[in-house]
Amino acid sequence: MQLILEKRGDRSEFFALASPFLALFLTLIVGGLIFASRGISPLEGLYVYFVEPLTQIWSLEQLVVKATPLILIGVGLAVCYMANVWNIGAEGQLTIGAIVGSMAPVLFPTWQDPSVLVVMLIMGTVGGALYGLIPGLLKTRFNANEILTSLMLVYVAQFILDWLVRGPWRDPKGFNFPVTQTFEGWQLLPTFGGTIHLGALFAVLACVALAFLMAKTLKGFEIKVTGNAPRAGRFAGFSRDRMVLFCFLLSGGLAGLAGICEVASVVGKLQPQISPGYGFAAIIVAFLGRLNPVGVLFAGLLLALSYIGGEAAQVSLGISDKIAKVVQGILLFFILSCDTLILYRIKIQFKGVGTLKAVG
Amino acid sequence: MTAPEYLLEAIDIVKVFGTLRANDGVTLRVAPGEIHAFLGENGAGKSTLVKMIYGSLHPTSGTIKWMGKEVVIPNPNAARKLGIGMVFQHFSLFDALTVAENISLAMPGKFDLAALSKKVAQVSVEYGLPLNPTATVADLSVGERQRIEIVRCLLQEPKLLILDEPTAVLTPQEADQLFVTLRRLASEGCSVLYISHRLEEVKRLCHSATILRHGKVVASCDPRKETAASLARLMVGGDVHAIRAAKAPVGNAVRFSLKDVNLDADGPFSVELKNINLDVRGGEVIAIAGVAGNGQSELFDAISGERPLLRGDAILIDGATCGAIGVTERRRMGAAFVPEERLGHGAVPAFALTENVVLTRHSDDASLATRGLLNRGKAGEIADRVIKTYDVRKGKADPEARSLSGGNLQKFVMGRELDRKPKVLVVNQPTWGVDAGAAATIRQALIDLARSGSAVVVISQDLDEIFELADKIAVISRGQLSQAHPAHEMTAEKIGLLMAGAHEKEASRATHS
Repeated sequence: MQLILEKRGDRSEFFALASPFLALFLTLIVGGLIFASRGISPLEGLYVYFVEPLTQIWSLEQLVVKATPLILIGVGLAVCYMANVWNIGAEGQLTIGAIVGSMAPVLFPTWQDPSVLVVMLIMGTVGGALYGLIPGLLKTRFNANEILTSLMLVYVAQFILDWLVRGPWRDPKGFNFPVTQTFEGWQLLPTFGGTIHLGALFAVLACVALAFLMAKTLKGFEIKVTGNAPRAGRFAGFSRDRMVLFCFLLSGGLAGLAGICEVASVVGKLQPQISPGYGFAAIIVAFLGRLNPVGVLFAGLLLALSYIGGEAAQVSLGISDKIAKVVQGILLFFILSCDTLILYRIKIQFKGVGTLKAVG
Repeated sequence: MTAPEYLLEAIDIVKVFGTLRANDGVTLRVAPGEIHAFLGENGAGKSTLVKMIYGSLHPTSGTIKWMGKEVVIPNPNAARKLGIGMVFQHFSLFDALTVAENISLAMPGKFDLAALSKKVAQVSVEYGLPLNPTATVADLSVGERQRIEIVRCLLQEPKLLILDEPTAVLTPQEADQLFVTLRRLASEGCSVLYISHRLEEVKRLCHSATILRHGKVVASCDPRKETAASLARLMVGGDVHAIRAAKAPVGNAVRFSLKDVNLDADGPFSVELKNINLDVRGGEVIAIAGVAGNGQSELFDAISGERPLLRGDAILIDGATCGAIGVTERRRMGAAFVPEERLGHGAVPAFALTENVVLTRHSDDASLATRGLLNRGKAGEIADRVIKTYDVRKGKADPEARSLSGGNLQKFVMGRELDRKPKVLVVNQPTWGVDAGAAATIRQALIDLARSGSAVVVISQDLDEIFELADKIAVISRGQLSQAHPAHEMTAEKIGLLMAGAHEKEASRATHS
């Protein structure tokens, strides 16, 4: 017996749009089964996970706070993937962005005016962009696979952070905990009243700006051509190498911005763990959002719900918070399978039987 | 029981792909020992039928009879067991393996390279197909590679040999050699099904012909009793417009030059360009003939600037150097390029025609992208103009490039560049896979552009096209370009000798003396 993926003649426009919803629906079914396997009523489980967080103001605010880094990173990755550049290391660029951006408050703890915040944001973005440039240069210089190099650099970044907070940057008054001193005043992002901070505005602006870039500019055209038909891109005079570097700078910069926004708001300091894997979850956000900057906005909110739902499930149902990762994984699995099955159909070929079938 | 009258009969074959009826009730009968031509334009459905006979496609309805008995051919293996061998247009050979190793991969039974090599040598001598079993495929010419495919079929002692446009990749002399082999096979009782759209060779070689148009058989005839023109009418379904060309002006200034262009091979199987020189005057069309894979695409990449050269003065447009700059800058200097591959190189398959206008026109037409912002309205205007002027037929308002037929997309891609009235136009295989009507439109447009004062270079494998278009003809072989000779001094035989590398010897003799 053989399983064969056979290309479909026409791509269904309807299913191309419906695919993320179909994937979400299938995720809900499997999620329900998982709850059932833990002895929890599937309906109750799904309610606690996906609906309850949407019924209270504070959890809605949390939703936006968690969606902020996911959208910032996801929209950059969407542009990357559109150009066929595979940056998998946004988590590392986020980490380096957080570190570089934190130089100002850590090294000059008494610097307290609006300029420190501006410097932090700029340095965070630049730090993430330059860290993203490393796999970009390795790709253009040595043709090293950017999927591997960008992913491996995530672990390098995390160890650098670990060393800093346990070593040179450790708060002398912190009872030997591996943390820097807590940021305060102008070292923190202003909020819109509650917990939602300025980063949310950056995320929306990034989506609008990149939607404009993709739809209206020659650069956006270049990105689509390069990703779609590289040979035609070269014929059009677009440089593949420059595109790789541009994509890594852009997505790395946005991941760095997300990183510094996280430590200058929710976390409030540097510590060994500053992100629950936003850089990886943003890959799902980019695909769930159809690699479309506006789609990413909604996909980011949905993925944020999976984090909050995971916490809620831990609290009210007493199951492991790893459930969030499981749900995210299932979701990505179904998105990619749905997308594949829109373009291909599965053909099962049995030895011998296949010839009979071919006759009819 | 008497022997059946026909070796192979395909009766009332229908093959449907989606909404397209690629074969619509086709009947084909091949007698033992005959060379049977299967004629038709590109897209007429020839390959579809042949693939069903060879078992790689399956008919929607209809029957296939082999030696009088109805058979079902589930896969190519079954076809080979019946005694059907096929030589495809695109060879399936491993470049890094030797001739004998490649053949052994297709042979059933025990792997015995020494015995096989002996057999290969024997068969190749017997049928006049010289082959060295220990040669590596990568080092062989296209003609030699085709011989491997033929020998591979012959080793299985077929009763029917199918050849899909075998001469498209051969020099005239190599083609003649192939015909000798095929006649020899036929005289021994092996039938040959010969797919082609080259009418002269069909007239010379074949005993009978089946002509296909739009998936239907329009005629069966004896090609020896027809004229090339009558066969063409049957194939195309009407008269093909003759091209009108005024005489090329004499003594115009040189608008485009290549001066000692050298380019290293890009990979193990690409061709190195060696000392290429060419001068093209305004008003004339120069054709570069050559067998596929002799450096045409490398030369195109060097001329277009997709692979810039080290020396700027290696390429001149109106006397200005441009060898070291990219394709965008060269377009700004007034040059235009049309590559061989339409989908994925000349156009983005998934993009609408309007967007495909931007692909090459963004460089020279500032109004298409002012300060980095796209002007889609302007692109749409250009697209409409091209579609109207060059009669691009399409299904809907602004279709994706991939939904157009080959001929219509080629008219669009050509029109996009002609619309700029370029000073220099370089085209690689302008009518490859294009129907006769569209080909005539394209050739006429090329000549008209030249006569308006531009320099036109056409790289082509199609000798008929070259003689129709060219004022001068140069030949490329193994990355070296011959001198350009006036077209009226050239014959197919002379070009054939140059294709086989006659000028390479000239060049080396010149350096040794």
